[in-house]
Amino acid sequence: MDRITRRQALGGLAGVGLAGAGLSQGALAQAATELSFWTWRQEDRSQYSQLFGAFTQANPAIRVGFRGFEAQNYGTALSTALAAGQGPDVIHIRAYGGTEQFARAGYLHPLSREAVPELANFSEAALGSVSMRSDRQVYAVPFASQTLGVFVNREIFSRFNLSMPETWDQFLALCKTLKDRGVIPLANGMNTAWMVEVFTSVFAVPQYGLGFQADLVGGRATFEDPRYVGALEKLTALREFLPTGFEGVDYPTMQQLFLSGRAAMFAGGSFEIANFRRQNPNLQMEFHAPPAPAAGQPRLVSLFFDGGYAINAKTDKRDAAIRLIRYLSTPEFGTRFSALLGNISPIRGATIEDPMLARVAQLNQSAGDYMMAVHFRYQDPTGSTLLQAGVQRLMGGQQSAAQVAADVTRGIATYHAPFRRG
Amino acid sequence: MIPAAWGRRLWLTCLVAPALLVLIGFVVVPIASAFLYSLYSWNGLARGEFSGLENFRVMLFVEPFAGWTWRALSHNLIVFASLMVVQNGTAFLVAFLLLKTLPGHRFHQVAIFLPVILSSVIVGAMWKLFLNPIFGLVNQGLAMVGLGTWAQPWLGQPSTALGSLVLVNTWHWLGFPALVFLAGMQRISREVMEAARLDGATDWQMMRHIVWPLVAPATTVVVILTFIGSMNWFEMPYVMTGLDGSPAGATDVLGLYFYRTAFGSATSGLQDFGRSSALAVMMFLVIAVIATVWTRVLRRREIQE
Repeated sequence: MDRITRRQALGGLAGVGLAGAGLSQGALAQAATELSFWTWRQEDRSQYSQLFGAFTQANPAIRVGFRGFEAQNYGTALSTALAAGQGPDVIHIRAYGGTEQFARAGYLHPLSREAVPELANFSEAALGSVSMRSDRQVYAVPFASQTLGVFVNREIFSRFNLSMPETWDQFLALCKTLKDRGVIPLANGMNTAWMVEVFTSVFAVPQYGLGFQADLVGGRATFEDPRYVGALEKLTALREFLPTGFEGVDYPTMQQLFLSGRAAMFAGGSFEIANFRRQNPNLQMEFHAPPAPAAGQPRLVSLFFDGGYAINAKTDKRDAAIRLIRYLSTPEFGTRFSALLGNISPIRGATIEDPMLARVAQLNQSAGDYMMAVHFRYQDPTGSTLLQAGVQRLMGGQQSAAQVAADVTRGIATYHAPFRRG
Repeated sequence: MIPAAWGRRLWLTCLVAPALLVLIGFVVVPIASAFLYSLYSWNGLARGEFSGLENFRVMLFVEPFAGWTWRALSHNLIVFASLMVVQNGTAFLVAFLLLKTLPGHRFHQVAIFLPVILSSVIVGAMWKLFLNPIFGLVNQGLAMVGLGTWAQPWLGQPSTALGSLVLVNTWHWLGFPALVFLAGMQRISREVMEAARLDGATDWQMMRHIVWPLVAPATTVVVILTFIGSMNWFEMPYVMTGLDGSPAGATDVLGLYFYRTAFGSATSGLQDFGRSSALAVMMFLVIAVIATVWTRVLRRREIQE
């Protein structure tokens, strides 16, 4: 049973004094354990209150309080709270390096398969995103997988009788057709650094392919490999199909260009689906895999895990927190999560009813890694920092693909031995 | 004798103590702890072993961090130099015009000072919209007057991004140095001005030989405040070009670099309190030393003039 703290007991006494007639009810409410949950997804408050409501129905003694933060400042708020020995009982945590830096500092409670048998509901790749790389210890349960690909405005495509093509060359031809008809082919701009990395991954992953990915991760290749440089080089062919002044087009602007129908396509992540639907419920959109280098080759989407739910190592309500974490790992939760939040739950057995999400989940069968997030966001300078600035320079015409690849390799080589030559 | 002296000391202590405690609690302790943090290696977010000056070495001499540090510092200095010329130069001229009490000077005085009371975040967000390459007022305005070819992605090009931020900062803050200069000018005795006028001095001669030397105290204040403001520049680039100093670090300044190093960027970087503290200590030292020396030099100029 969960302990009742002195404060709760005092609160209970005060409640008795004030409530008078409602004595028994007041005392019952005070006996319940209140878990606090922090997240950067402040816009998901109402959905989470439904999800946690279902949990409380099954576990009447535990309630969960939701607290959302602005996404950009979440890390700051969380790390200062944890450093001060405080913070929430259950933590929404970002994956890969985002988990590792909190786990390494000892702020997260390690999860064992004995305590959380539901860990068996996740794939190894999913658990890997919320584990320490050194000992594979799991620190959270993953909450969503994200897929990067190309959003298409179906209305524009059918107006000009177009369809998403198979190959890169056909894709460039499609862009040209759209441009000739006065539509911006791709909504993407280069002013928001992280979206530059998304854009890069969408089009570069099928170009360099899984062979290069295996060589790079296995330490047999660097980013200076011709396959990678060639993939970056291809991006520059898209310059003429981006909005005018794309160097200065930021994330909200590109979203608006696509949502308002001024642009026909948007290279982005499945995390946009719910947001796009909310902002323009009438928009008819499709999600496609990016073009392959040539006919017959795979059209790879990019895949990564977003993060997970972790337990604060210092919480005094560990039993209740573990009960919540176990609930957050069940197929029932996964099904409800996908339906409510429009994201793909990585829990095995969760049903994805939404046709668009189901299609994205199907595309995940043929996926490459969202490279920098999955493999090179553990140490500074991260691959993301280097690549984002590099591709901004590449698309702005200030650097060549080879120079960008060399800068990225050199930066990562400061801590990654396979990249050091001689 | 003794009790009286003790009473006086006690009285003085009571007067000084509250301010001293606030100073120690909110200035001395944070600076000291930042210095302490900078001497340790940090394991993720937890303090690791004592590492001496290693964090300073990394931030100053190890690539790519050193390159980023020097780039950020050079941007701060460019911002300072540009603000001195563009913002404070204009402010001086504006103050001189206001001093001449031309028709409508009251209105202009208020109009120029008005943006100063707006929050930097609001000004930054507003100008970010104005400078948007597609929907923005600036490019659309240029197109409307037939200068469509001048339209640029102002915040998206390394060649124009920092300059745009400087101009927005000037729009925001112009009123402050103008007001300081105006106050300085209004202190100049009327006789001196009238005597010069009777001797047939032109506006330029008046400004160059009478006003400029006699507003030296105001100049000192403006120069030092601009220097400190430029070195600590954060809100404007944060709001307008983001934590990464987009595009490709062209608007990166020490404040942004410090914040990124300390707290990470949600979508790219990690947190390192050691290196960020080293950066903060260096920023503090640079600002403190230069501001002190400069104040002394400028004060001497005031006396000589």
